[in-house]
Amino acid sequence: MTDVSTTLPAAGCRDAPVLKQRGQHEVFCGLTGIIWLHRKMQDAFFLVVGSRTCAHLLQSAAGVMIFAEPRFGTAILEETDLAGLADAQAELEREVARLLERRKDIRQLFLVGSCPSEVIKLDLARAAEKLSLQYAPHVRVLNYSGSGIETTFTEGEDACLASMVPVLPETNERQLLVVGALPDVVEDQMLDLLSKMGIDTVKVLPARRADSTLAVGPNTSFILTQPFLGGTLAALGKRGARHILAPFPFGEEGTTAWLRAVAMEFSVDITLFDTVTRAPRARARKAISQASEKLDGKSVFFFPDSQLEIPLARFLTRECGMTAVEVGAPYIHKGVVGPDLDLLEEGPTLSEGQDVEMQLDRCRAAQPDLTVCGLGLANPLEAEGLATKWAIELVFTPVHFYEQAGDLAGLFSRPLNRRAKLRLEAAE
Amino acid sequence: MKLSVWTYEGPPHVGALRVATAMKRLHYVLHAPQGDTYADLLFTMIERRKHRPPVTYTTFQARDLGADTANLFKTAAQAAYDRFQPQAMIVGASCTAELIQDDPGGMAEQMGLPCPVIALDLPSYQRKENFGADETLFQLVRNLARPMERTGHVTANLIGPTALGFRHRDDITEVTALLEDMGISVNVCAPFNATPEDLTRLGAAHFNVLMYPETGEAACRWMERELDQPFTKTVPIGVGATRDFIAEVAEITGQEPKLDDSRLRLPWYSASVDSTYLTGKRVFLFGDGTHVAAAARVARDEMGFEVVGLGCYNREMARPIRGLARDYGVEALITDDYLDVEQRIEELAPEMILGTQMERHIGKRLGIPCAVISAPVHVQDFPARYSPQMGIEGANVIFDTWVHPLVMGLEEHLLHMFRDDFEFHDDAGASHHGHKAVDRPGLDPGPPANPVEEPQPANDNTSITWLADAEKELKKIPFFVRGKARRNTETFAAERGMTQISLDTLYEAKAHYAR
Repeated sequence: MTDVSTTLPAAGCRDAPVLKQRGQHEVFCGLTGIIWLHRKMQDAFFLVVGSRTCAHLLQSAAGVMIFAEPRFGTAILEETDLAGLADAQAELEREVARLLERRKDIRQLFLVGSCPSEVIKLDLARAAEKLSLQYAPHVRVLNYSGSGIETTFTEGEDACLASMVPVLPETNERQLLVVGALPDVVEDQMLDLLSKMGIDTVKVLPARRADSTLAVGPNTSFILTQPFLGGTLAALGKRGARHILAPFPFGEEGTTAWLRAVAMEFSVDITLFDTVTRAPRARARKAISQASEKLDGKSVFFFPDSQLEIPLARFLTRECGMTAVEVGAPYIHKGVVGPDLDLLEEGPTLSEGQDVEMQLDRCRAAQPDLTVCGLGLANPLEAEGLATKWAIELVFTPVHFYEQAGDLAGLFSRPLNRRAKLRLEAAE
Repeated sequence: MKLSVWTYEGPPHVGALRVATAMKRLHYVLHAPQGDTYADLLFTMIERRKHRPPVTYTTFQARDLGADTANLFKTAAQAAYDRFQPQAMIVGASCTAELIQDDPGGMAEQMGLPCPVIALDLPSYQRKENFGADETLFQLVRNLARPMERTGHVTANLIGPTALGFRHRDDITEVTALLEDMGISVNVCAPFNATPEDLTRLGAAHFNVLMYPETGEAACRWMERELDQPFTKTVPIGVGATRDFIAEVAEITGQEPKLDDSRLRLPWYSASVDSTYLTGKRVFLFGDGTHVAAAARVARDEMGFEVVGLGCYNREMARPIRGLARDYGVEALITDDYLDVEQRIEELAPEMILGTQMERHIGKRLGIPCAVISAPVHVQDFPARYSPQMGIEGANVIFDTWVHPLVMGLEEHLLHMFRDDFEFHDDAGASHHGHKAVDRPGLDPGPPANPVEEPQPANDNTSITWLADAEKELKKIPFFVRGKARRNTETFAAERGMTQISLDTLYEAKAHYAR
């Protein structure tokens, strides 16, 4: 069974020192998660209560306009709302009434707090409770904060999923709950693998539609598919569900370790596990080896963005032959990414939070072969001669599990391939 | 509180960012929470800028709110000065920082930084992006420019071009050339590529060219008053406006009016027989006030279109745009709600939209061709090639850009004649566009066609019904004129008190509206 177990490095990064600096953060706020969440939950609407800045962010962040009337919008606070908070509550109720009148298809409404609404202490929890009573049972109204003062980028999804947990019905059924918004095609692949192992009672949070049979209870075991779901983990713990800790399912190794953790929790026969995973594992290895040719021996530098950095650094160093120079993450939850830290060989600087100017100094000094960073930094670094990979693509693209492992490696090798292909100088 | 899905303008501090990013050696310290840094990507991605915008965001978080956000501001401002050594700094608050009332201006003043520090007061809950840009440039000019001796020969300042502007980069080149032909050189162009030191030399110019009133008018008015510099009122977009601009510059400066129009092709292209099909095309215009006003004149007088509606999203321009609409005999639409714009377009069923990226999407949804004439911008609005809107070359560019989305002359006739052809039918779109022709449903066993959604004009004539044969005939009319035919016929019927539309009514209406 050596085939299935993973080999730990002599020393991992779990106890490595973490560099913490305070300065400008070049990251998105949690509102950005709405861009993919509103596509995943097809009967949900996300109503941001915020400023023109919030609306402008949502429009600009994805770099695209999804013009099929999007299932999100911003209730923009105006001067008069700031003057009288009682009026702001009434105004919000009026806007919600108009929205629900126009969009009968909405079954879940999220009131999403923003920096301004948090600062003026607009009580969205109370508003959500009141509106829930008013529109039950057809519409469920929940609230969470996606504000920049409280959440960083992907933490918006965490806050959203965590807000759904307390209102889930109770169940005593023995079941697996898979937590994290995945593209439908990836979710289906995962469900298929689990079903072949005989694990059939599998639920996914978030469900595609509100009327699903999602429930939680003491016989629920859950596993995360994304490393940024610490708040949801805590909320599920409060409901008595049991957390399956595993490396994240990126690459062949990560996916196998993730599936194995689930298999052990559900006492799946190891021979069956091997049978089910053998072919896709081989496919994944083959795809990665093809896509990662250009990555072998190259160095990579991660700016903090989505909290995917540690699992991805593990994938790139262990499966694609890269060396990590610095792995920056907005937050490091060891209770979530501990297994990935164990697998990541010591050496890279681990940093949490950000002073972007100082981090840029370190990056320029290191001259990495590939820099993973946000959209605000990518072109300026390219202009300085550094190859970059936009971090946001990693949360917008199907990258989880075996069949996407090659694509994941491809996302990192493409910038290097492109540079190799372009011949813009005069012939000598 | 107002529900908004898409916005035409960002908040006012984004306007300030457009000014700061356009300039060199200026630094902006913005008191703002984590996340407001999203604005950087507007410049690095949409405009493909090679440098980060010169902005430091103080990045306060919830845990700082009870503690000391003011100190955070001071630390950030000092660090920014030390690192970037700017010639001048601007300081201000984003929408959230405005609420915590730390007074960045006052704090910066106390710090005694060794460069001019200009405080911006941009009310985030009242005003928007264009105001922010206009006010920022005004404050910079007010604080840095002084009266001084004029240059020996005639010079002008170019005022208004910013980062993220619609074709500002190339308009500067074009206007500079127009002035040079008249023996006038550019003293300072601001804010685009200007340093704060350049702004101190503004007073040396003999007059100002106000290129974009949205972002430069307050500065020009101040310089007119304080530096005794007249400014131009004509925006040289289109042939007629360019000629008027030259005349206005001649009048201000006493220089001989001179325009090298040897490369000007719009007038002949418009007059050539191939353009006959443009005659009376019904167009709807929407964008910022300046570009809409200029485009309306080009559309009517230089392309031979019929302007059936126009409007702008910036309320600051509401008055002139209402006046303009009266001249064109249409009703102005002043709104920043794209749903209002979409509704008006559906009602008017124009054959073409001249708008922003928002209208391009509306056009896509309604199956109406659209050319972009104004910000808000998209990565496509920063072409690699030289592509101004102003001056001689601007007129040429406009001709090409506006004609491109249309189905062209003979193709239009062929569509009329052979409208049942299986691959050359009207759902296939204009043949010079890259889309694959969609096969007519029913003729091919392949995947079902995805027909263009047809605009159904929301008319008040709900009492009018289309008889089956008339409805069938209407379907035979090519898609790009079908909306107009439906609308004209219904209006024709309503005016005559008819309740049913027959085949005869359809053709009587056609004869009535013949042009």
